[in-house]
Amino acid sequence: MSNETSLKIELLNRRDVLRGMGGLLVGFVLPGARRVDAQHFGAPMTVKPNAYIHIDADSMVTFLITKGEMGQGTVTSLSQILADELDCDWNCVRTEFAPVDPSCYGPMQGVFGSTSIRTQWMPLRKAGAAARQMLMLAAAQKWNIDVTQVRTDQGFLLANGQRTSYGSVAEAAAKLPLPADIKLKDATDFRLIGAPAKRLDTRDKISGATRFGIDAEVPGMLYASLARCPVFGGKVARHDAEKAKAVAGVREVVRVSNGVAVVADNTWAAMQGRKALNITWDEGPNAALSSAIIRSRMSELGEKPGIAGRTEGDAAGTLARAAKRVESIYEAPYLAHACMEPLNCTASVRADGCDIWASTQMQSGARRVAARITGLDPARIQVHSMYMGGGFGRRGGTDFIAEAVEISKAIGAPVKLTWTREDDIQTGPYRPAAYVKFSGSLDSQGWPEAFKARVVCPSFGGGRGGEGLDGTAVEGIDDLEYRFPHCAIEFHRADGAVPTSYWRSVGYSQNTFFAECFLDELAAAGGKDPVEVRRRLLAHSPRMLAVLNLVAEKANWGAPAPGRYQGVALVNNLESFTAEVAEVSLHDGKVKVHRVVCAIDCGQVVNPAIVRQQVEGGIAYGLTAALKGEITIEKGRTQQSNFNTYDMLRISEMPKIDVHIVRSSEAPGGVGEASVPPIAPAVANAIFAATRRPVCRLPIRISV
Amino acid sequence: MASIALQVNGKTHVIEAAPDMPLLWVLRDVLHLTGTKFGCGIAMCGACTVLVDSRPIRSCVTPAATLVGKSITTIEGLSSDVSHPVQQAWLEEDVPQCGYCQSGQILTTVSLLARTPQPTDADIDEALHGNICRCGTYNQIRAAIHRAAGLRRQATEARLTKHAETSDE
Repeated sequence: MSNETSLKIELLNRRDVLRGMGGLLVGFVLPGARRVDAQHFGAPMTVKPNAYIHIDADSMVTFLITKGEMGQGTVTSLSQILADELDCDWNCVRTEFAPVDPSCYGPMQGVFGSTSIRTQWMPLRKAGAAARQMLMLAAAQKWNIDVTQVRTDQGFLLANGQRTSYGSVAEAAAKLPLPADIKLKDATDFRLIGAPAKRLDTRDKISGATRFGIDAEVPGMLYASLARCPVFGGKVARHDAEKAKAVAGVREVVRVSNGVAVVADNTWAAMQGRKALNITWDEGPNAALSSAIIRSRMSELGEKPGIAGRTEGDAAGTLARAAKRVESIYEAPYLAHACMEPLNCTASVRADGCDIWASTQMQSGARRVAARITGLDPARIQVHSMYMGGGFGRRGGTDFIAEAVEISKAIGAPVKLTWTREDDIQTGPYRPAAYVKFSGSLDSQGWPEAFKARVVCPSFGGGRGGEGLDGTAVEGIDDLEYRFPHCAIEFHRADGAVPTSYWRSVGYSQNTFFAECFLDELAAAGGKDPVEVRRRLLAHSPRMLAVLNLVAEKANWGAPAPGRYQGVALVNNLESFTAEVAEVSLHDGKVKVHRVVCAIDCGQVVNPAIVRQQVEGGIAYGLTAALKGEITIEKGRTQQSNFNTYDMLRISEMPKIDVHIVRSSEAPGGVGEASVPPIAPAVANAIFAATRRPVCRLPIRISV
Repeated sequence: MASIALQVNGKTHVIEAAPDMPLLWVLRDVLHLTGTKFGCGIAMCGACTVLVDSRPIRSCVTPAATLVGKSITTIEGLSSDVSHPVQQAWLEEDVPQCGYCQSGQILTTVSLLARTPQPTDADIDEALHGNICRCGTYNQIRAAIHRAAGLRRQATEARLTKHAETSDE
């Protein structure tokens, strides 16, 4: 591959293109973004100038979407916010992913923690409103009237019987200063916000036109497959490339940090070449690691006092004096994300710059890692955001981007690296396995009195959490909405060799299962109804109580169909309140989940159809983990390899789902992860109701 | 390397490929038809589904060389303007989330409806069991299949009505 070929690649600098297009590009200083739960990735969003809207002369409106689209609908819902305040014609809206630009979009450009709507809600409303005001002023100047006489109607400006399009004054508007006083719509005037608008990305997704990362094509591009050490922490001792190079279509074999890459004329040839590699691995210190060893370490820690978390009242004293105590141990396994689109990245490293085409949740990180590897100025790294075939937290990592950049740098040509499904399942990082030892007690009336949990869990993100309580590892237990008279949460960090990371709903993904199931054990020990116990513990929390009551009503709680059993579970995560009731039956040791009723209060809703999609999708994701998901380790390596050993929920296993959205004018809450945590405990609690034996481990296995 | 003549979406392409190269990679890397997706490589997820003589096959495990003389349809060949009744139903139900598996879901459905114009839920379960959707759009897929079946029924009824009217004249 010659440099000449790679230099022929047309570089597209979107900002230059936009400047050259004329028209209105709104850029303005963001007001302080309201606090978001950005703890997972460090600093909260900083306040910087932003650019979101472009209107061209024929009134076509282009919205720059700074948040990646992985199915959660941000391309549509963020556009609704902009279009509503801008008052443009929804049929004349198109979208593009914004380039990485810290001066424009802040230092943490990415999509994580269900923050897209929460962080963009006010900035986008203000961007849309500011642009509208500038267009109105431009029209007023054109007509030589006062701006107060001008009004707008879906892409048009009107005054005294005159009418003109946004496009006709866009260029003039672009020269005006940003309004000092941005007037936002009254919520009662929302036209698109709150409407079940059809998704903007559907048409391309049903015609094969959508470009995911894996579909990137660059002139002169080669294809790579990378062999990594199957043992965690291991590395290449030596390799022999001779047989690999003999495979038809194979061009080069290169050693990179994570292993040995085979570069070929197509993906298949690269994969075949990789199979022909002769690699001797240095398996390192973890060659004997197993799930049994990891579990025994966790259970040892579970017997020792941990770092103190939430502490209220006197849990130890109450437990010591209690007439009725319940003790239980809960466990959850490592889980792979298994995005449908295998991880991939296309990189083109040149002497003067680097382009990256990737389906990534972390554009800023992609740029950072490429700058580090190439030694180039970050401004010379262009990240082209592609549609993601699922993300679920996995695409917040930049390992696959670093690999592609290294390979392209090594061979001096653009290259597309594609992971196999086996790479995806066996490499991780994984949702951490976790272990919790619970103790609880009941008062003389049988109501829960003391609630004690000792959480043993690796930190998320591979031990970067530092010392002390890891808020992410205990979320879902340490921040329970329930108010117990006595409560004591402890934590042990159980970091190990298995790489871990964020997984849809993060700590809540296992901790909500633990806490909600143990609560049902307490309820049963006290002879109480699970919903009644929760009502009592939520008396102080009107929004949580409201979704509990709503879900109980809609699920016909207490009166399941014959042969079926109900279980309930709640979560308060990401500023949303979610309650689910699962209705299950058991046949020959197998669980059938017939129906799930969900009530959610996620504050102001931008698109109720997308909220429903996310709730259903989250339930499917959580149900897959509840019924099937388990990564096990033996001889330092992952035993599962593909969908034959790490199966996903199938269409025949999908329950009927009824979603009830609470009408609310509270600030928007996160939705992408809200419905994942309650499904496993709702199903487990229904099984507990059926068998009177608590389900204490995931995935759910029923002994007949 | 072998010279292989493939008929894809009504056009004949002569390509050079290794005899064992699966159709998936010929479509994606050689013919640049990227609507067909790689998901697992072992026929376990259905993302790579295409139609061969109207039957769904897993292109990730089917060597292209075995398909000479057959008619291959990918998502790009279903229609030029998403006007196929199954695509229309998908549009109406706004099925996709991430969208990655949807080419396979749609093509599997096209084949199902060709064989079973009015499928029951059990028929749908059986036909679509091999197509994973990690976003959990299964209930929307089911609704879209029933809608597409309805569209077909309406079209047939309209044809019959028109035929009856013509006969009356």
